[in-house]
Amino acid sequence: MTAQTLSPVAISQIEKELEKYPADRRQSAVMAALRIVQEEFRWISNDVMQEVADLLGIPAIHVYEVATFYSMYEHKDVGLYKICVCTNISCQLRGAKEILDYLRKKTGIGPGETTADGRISIKEVECLGACGGAPMMQVNKEYHENLTPDSIDNILDGLDRHD
Amino acid sequence: MVSIEINGQKIEAEAGSMLIRAADAAGIYIPRFCYHDKLSIAANCRMCLVEVENAPKPLPACATPITDGMKVETRSELARAAQKSTMEFLLINHPLDCPICDQGGECELQDLAVGYGKDVSRFSEGKRVVFDKNLGSLISTDMTRCIQCTRCVRFGQEIAGIMELGMVNRGEHSEIMTFMGQAVCSEMSGNVIDLCPVGALTSKPFRFKARSWEMQDHDGIAVHDTVGSNVTVQTLRGEVLRVLPRENEDINQEWLSDRDRFSYTAYKSEQRLTTPMLKINGEWKEADWQTALDNVSSKLKKIVDEYGADSIGALASPTATLEEFSLLAKLMRGLGSQNMDYRLRQQDFRADGAMSAPLLGDSIVSLECAKTVLLIGSNIRKEQPVLATRLRKAARKGASISAINSTKFDFAFPLQVNISVSPSSLVATLARLAVIVAAKKKVPTSGTVEDIAESCPANKELEGLADSLIEAGNDGQIIVGSMAQMDGNYSLLVALATIIGNISEVKFGRLEEGNAVAAWQASFLPFADRGTVGKNATEMLNPALKACLLFNIEPSLDCIAGNSALDALRETGMLIHIGCYRSEEIEELAHVMLPLASVFESDGTHVNCEGNMQSWKAAVHPQGEARPGWKILRVLANYLDLDGFNYTSSETVRDEASPLISTTKRTASMDVYAPVLVEQNRLACISHLPLYRIDPFTRRSQPLQQTLDNPPAAAGMHPDTLASMGIDDGITVELANGGGKIDISVYASTSIPLNCILLPTALQETAALGNANWLEVKSRA
Repeated sequence: MTAQTLSPVAISQIEKELEKYPADRRQSAVMAALRIVQEEFRWISNDVMQEVADLLGIPAIHVYEVATFYSMYEHKDVGLYKICVCTNISCQLRGAKEILDYLRKKTGIGPGETTADGRISIKEVECLGACGGAPMMQVNKEYHENLTPDSIDNILDGLDRHD
Repeated sequence: MVSIEINGQKIEAEAGSMLIRAADAAGIYIPRFCYHDKLSIAANCRMCLVEVENAPKPLPACATPITDGMKVETRSELARAAQKSTMEFLLINHPLDCPICDQGGECELQDLAVGYGKDVSRFSEGKRVVFDKNLGSLISTDMTRCIQCTRCVRFGQEIAGIMELGMVNRGEHSEIMTFMGQAVCSEMSGNVIDLCPVGALTSKPFRFKARSWEMQDHDGIAVHDTVGSNVTVQTLRGEVLRVLPRENEDINQEWLSDRDRFSYTAYKSEQRLTTPMLKINGEWKEADWQTALDNVSSKLKKIVDEYGADSIGALASPTATLEEFSLLAKLMRGLGSQNMDYRLRQQDFRADGAMSAPLLGDSIVSLECAKTVLLIGSNIRKEQPVLATRLRKAARKGASISAINSTKFDFAFPLQVNISVSPSSLVATLARLAVIVAAKKKVPTSGTVEDIAESCPANKELEGLADSLIEAGNDGQIIVGSMAQMDGNYSLLVALATIIGNISEVKFGRLEEGNAVAAWQASFLPFADRGTVGKNATEMLNPALKACLLFNIEPSLDCIAGNSALDALRETGMLIHIGCYRSEEIEELAHVMLPLASVFESDGTHVNCEGNMQSWKAAVHPQGEARPGWKILRVLANYLDLDGFNYTSSETVRDEASPLISTTKRTASMDVYAPVLVEQNRLACISHLPLYRIDPFTRRSQPLQQTLDNPPAAAGMHPDTLASMGIDDGITVELANGGGKIDISVYASTSIPLNCILLPTALQETAALGNANWLEVKSRA
């Protein structure tokens, strides 16, 4: 793991977010700032949390609180493709477990793990608000619904084409 | 005001205020954990659920605003069921380790579990375990006991002003911790121990020492700052085991600084002096009090007869009691000497005649309502921690607080203007501010003030500051702090601050450390007597006196001259040390050592910055043969055949002390002194006194010495200054001034003005430097 440092682009993006809030409410931008950090590095290290805290002028522990409260923020490196499989009630009833099993068969990894080549991570998540299309999963920013083994094959095969 | 009904009892309460407050005021107890009347409302423990008429379910009393005609039941079936269920939830993950928990006996959870808990837990699953955190040398943690009330988090955010603890993770995984496991460094951190309703945060020095019900409580007063915080001293079998804050809304509320809370740990140090000692042929020999006092009195008399009374003097610690200051002053004057001083860290005494007692100028409570506050030469957070929390409250209410210092300090409140200039420019900046204020008020200033102001051009910051001072008027407050007192131009800073205060009609306050106000009240000052003016703290050490009485001080650390003070004392024919501790330097220099009782072992009186006299009684017997200062001085005076020393109690001494003139003298005089400036090509020395180096007591408190407020000695410089001299951050350099030289590592900090060195005093490592306002740096290749 190399130390993370905010790039000038990320800093300017965070500063843009800060413009949305009153000058004495800089902490309001903390979630957006963490999102920008995560987009840059795929995960958020303690070092960069300290940087965000300094940039926003708030205590580092405050940033840490927010970063650990929301499960979408990653605290260790994840793969190029983060596959979030919903296992909440609707998806569960519609076979989320089978989806996870199939993903394991295809990639060799289970929830919370990353493939050895660092390409794919799988994460078990709670409801993503797409119950109508259960079972579903999210790959990076994209939703995939009504999953079947075939459609998962397609999705996995098509991953690198998105780049 | 609206009327509501709680448990059938009619109560008048303010509409919109919270239910729990009205219930508390009416004496109706509602159980709670997260609610605290000095903290914001979190409503996360749910223990205070009550039944409110027409509400579909129980409501938390801490977060339910009062409306007219509200009918509340706190002990109805529904309310009790809700409270009991909450208790059951809280106990699910709480360990059953009360027998080995320090909080046992003073635990809110334990107490309420008796009233609301079940006899047997229905929870048969595994309890969650939370790993303990290392928060430093003061706070001990057992985090499995935590019930996530977040009082400690809110205290840091709201009262102390630095958020160090936070609740991380979510739901069942949430836990209290610091960022990356850092130790807490707030100077008020100990208060979270009192706030914690369970045994998750407890006192580390007190760990496993005693049970709360075994100990006896004694009312005491803390002496390390000018606040005079009320404390409870808890003892067991004649030993002080803990110090807690005692509630006093007008003074410390229910808070206490760590310095006042934990310094007791030094009172049983191995270095305590426990018997009178005489140096005979260079060897220290134990003696009884009679022999020792006989020896002291006969030698003192001889020296007075031979060299005159002006050849003797007394130097006392600013943390001495009013009684001790009184009798020491009376004793010295009885012998005919005016040489007495407690201002050991001051170097500029030019304003002695014009100076008034170090008072705030108003009550401590009024600080909260101040509209504008100007801090001059003050790192108030570390000098007077409790006052800083009041200022923080003022800031939260919208007060504009500004600072003019020679270093940018990290205050726990936002600053309107934060000026940090070199000590030489400090006077010019103040003079410029005085000129601006005078111009705005159309009052003439003297030519001298304008001359001094010349080197500091007017700027927007000063203009804005002047406007806000004038606008605040009597709701404004100027505070000249302890850091200014160590400055070479102290008299000038005080004079200029007084002028600014007078013209803008803002209240003027000057704060010193410890019990300094008591020294003024006791006239323990070389100029307090009409007629002859005696020698001040600096003059007494240069040239050396024939006989000198040291009252609970360690000269190399307490005197600004550092080790050069020792050179003078080495030549003193008769050096009498009355003190709590013995140390190498005292053993080398003194001729007699008389053991002094500590504040816990002696009656005493503290006078705070409001002029408020507060007395306390001894909590324990003195160690060994040590005796209270007032008794030692009374008997010594009897041995010296001085009249008027027949006191029978500490109260008779206290009552004799003349009343303090409590209003600060407002001289309209425009007289100022010529500033002492550092030569252009030299580096200016900014001395600062670390929080836990203030007196022999705190210096021996191991838990305080291990905190982050006591870092290793290092000299701070601006990175540009370091770069211009070709010195790297972190390396060891040689610092020298006229008085001596030391090797010390340097660090870079942009808080320090250019061409200045920020140097901690009262440290062994820096004592070898003499008293000068400049320093030379030599790189050690």
